[in-house]
Amino acid sequence: MLKLNGLKKTFNPGTVNEKTALNGLNLQLNDGDFVTVIGGNGAGKSTMLNAVAGVWPVDEGEILIDGVNVTRLPEYKRAKYLGRVFQDPMTGTAASMQIEENMALASRRGLARTLRAGISNAERDEYKEKLKILDLGLEERLTAKVGLLSGGQRQALTLLMATLKKPKVLLLDEHTAALDPKTAAKVLEATDKIIARDNLTAIMITHNMKDAIAHGNRLVMMHEGHIIYDVSGEEKKKLHVSDLLAKFEQASGGEFANDRMMLN
Amino acid sequence: MNVVSLLNALPGACAQGLIWGIMAIGVYITYKILDLADLTVDGTMCTGGAVCIMMMLSGHSAAVSLLCAFLAGMLAGLVTGILHTAMGIPAILSGILTQLSLYSINLRIMDSKANQAISVDKYPLIVSLRYIKNVAFFKNTIFVTAIFIVCIVVLLYWFFGTELGSAIRATGSNQNMSRAQGINTDMMKIIGLMISNGIVALASGLYAQYQGFADVNMGRGAIVIGLAAVIIGEVIFGKFAKNFALKLLSVAVGAILYYLVLQFVLWLGLNSNDLKLLSAIVVAVFLAVPHMKGKYFNGARKRGGKANA
Repeated sequence: MLKLNGLKKTFNPGTVNEKTALNGLNLQLNDGDFVTVIGGNGAGKSTMLNAVAGVWPVDEGEILIDGVNVTRLPEYKRAKYLGRVFQDPMTGTAASMQIEENMALASRRGLARTLRAGISNAERDEYKEKLKILDLGLEERLTAKVGLLSGGQRQALTLLMATLKKPKVLLLDEHTAALDPKTAAKVLEATDKIIARDNLTAIMITHNMKDAIAHGNRLVMMHEGHIIYDVSGEEKKKLHVSDLLAKFEQASGGEFANDRMMLN
Repeated sequence: MNVVSLLNALPGACAQGLIWGIMAIGVYITYKILDLADLTVDGTMCTGGAVCIMMMLSGHSAAVSLLCAFLAGMLAGLVTGILHTAMGIPAILSGILTQLSLYSINLRIMDSKANQAISVDKYPLIVSLRYIKNVAFFKNTIFVTAIFIVCIVVLLYWFFGTELGSAIRATGSNQNMSRAQGINTDMMKIIGLMISNGIVALASGLYAQYQGFADVNMGRGAIVIGLAAVIIGEVIFGKFAKNFALKLLSVAVGAILYYLVLQFVLWLGLNSNDLKLLSAIVVAVFLAVPHMKGKYFNGARKRGGKANA
């Protein structure tokens, strides 16, 4: 479904701030894969998702989504294939617009924006129904401005918006990192529900190793811009946090111990 | 201080305010909806008038001339939009570049003269200083301009409710989100700038007819007057005007209030040369107040805390 071939990206080349964020990254996702991604700070996890989303062009390599080479497509054109949820709850929704307006924008992802009505009554009923899966009572607040919602509510809404129109790949960039534990658990639960219901192909970055093991059918560990560990199926289910730590120390020489991942 | 002279001046101020209200609605689209400060309007506030007057002088009807003024304004917006999006020049600087080049272009449109007059007796003007008193109500400039405003508000209300209009609003609200939802944000900014400058040029065409001439300096400081109208409308009607159409109307009313206050301070004896200074101070104060309130009087705020938590 998603194929990354030898992706390379260097930020600020030729300056003191030069940083190679992706260094020959290869990854192939099969239809229905739900991959969790872990790795230390600066391992290139978010950079990988931004490369797929087309936030900036990559230096080298190819990105194929469902067989289509999107490497040269601008961000707004790739959006047709992708659902995205960001780390910052403020990024995924338009604060000055209503809940239903945000959802209407999302349901037209990948379609031409015409002079037809921005939202219809039939859509309102549909959105009301869909909001129920979040279990946050948002279905009663369709016309509330999104800016009035809490971070957790906005993040849950973003998740729903990303999947309103079935994406080829769902990109979750630490989407629960900015939330309190209880809200984070709720959003993760909704994530699992929606991915299972629609049989979505998804990549979820997380700093929480327990979450990385508990969710999805496949786990990938990144270090210095490429993948150092890739495990799936039964083998993944048997993993423990200690296994992952050992794996990482083996690859990186122990610097993992300083990372905030230890806290989880 | 003759109260009668003040009262006599009020209908004129009202008409002027209505025309600038149209202009301010144009500014509202960029400043409030797109979240861009577009300085192109200082140029387009003359371009529209220049195009309109020159076309009427060469025998075209007022309607055709105003339409061409509108199109000329859209073209100016297109240039600013391309400078900003395709060429990556900051929005303010793009506007300044277009505005500056429009000065030369406006002079060319006006046949290299700084001023082109049109006679209300010889040409079929639809608004004029002379159509304020002692004319049939449907010919009255206040009535005609009010009709223009209502039509523009209705059209914009419809447009910003469409898929395309919603995409423009989303672009102004959150560009990252918009691109993630497949919206071509560059294109939306260009369309917004074109509509905004088109409306400003239309107002300019009406204003040139109203005062009976187009002048190369008629747009100087227009952005400040437009912003003043937007801000006054927001401060006074913000609590009631939640609906988009009402917000646009409150901008127009803001422009009328601006001109009425202006008339009043002139009547008090203020030198008309000081007006631009006064306008700038009014806008600066209204822009600064919410900021300073948040910065220095945080504890005094009663609302908002809970709702935003």
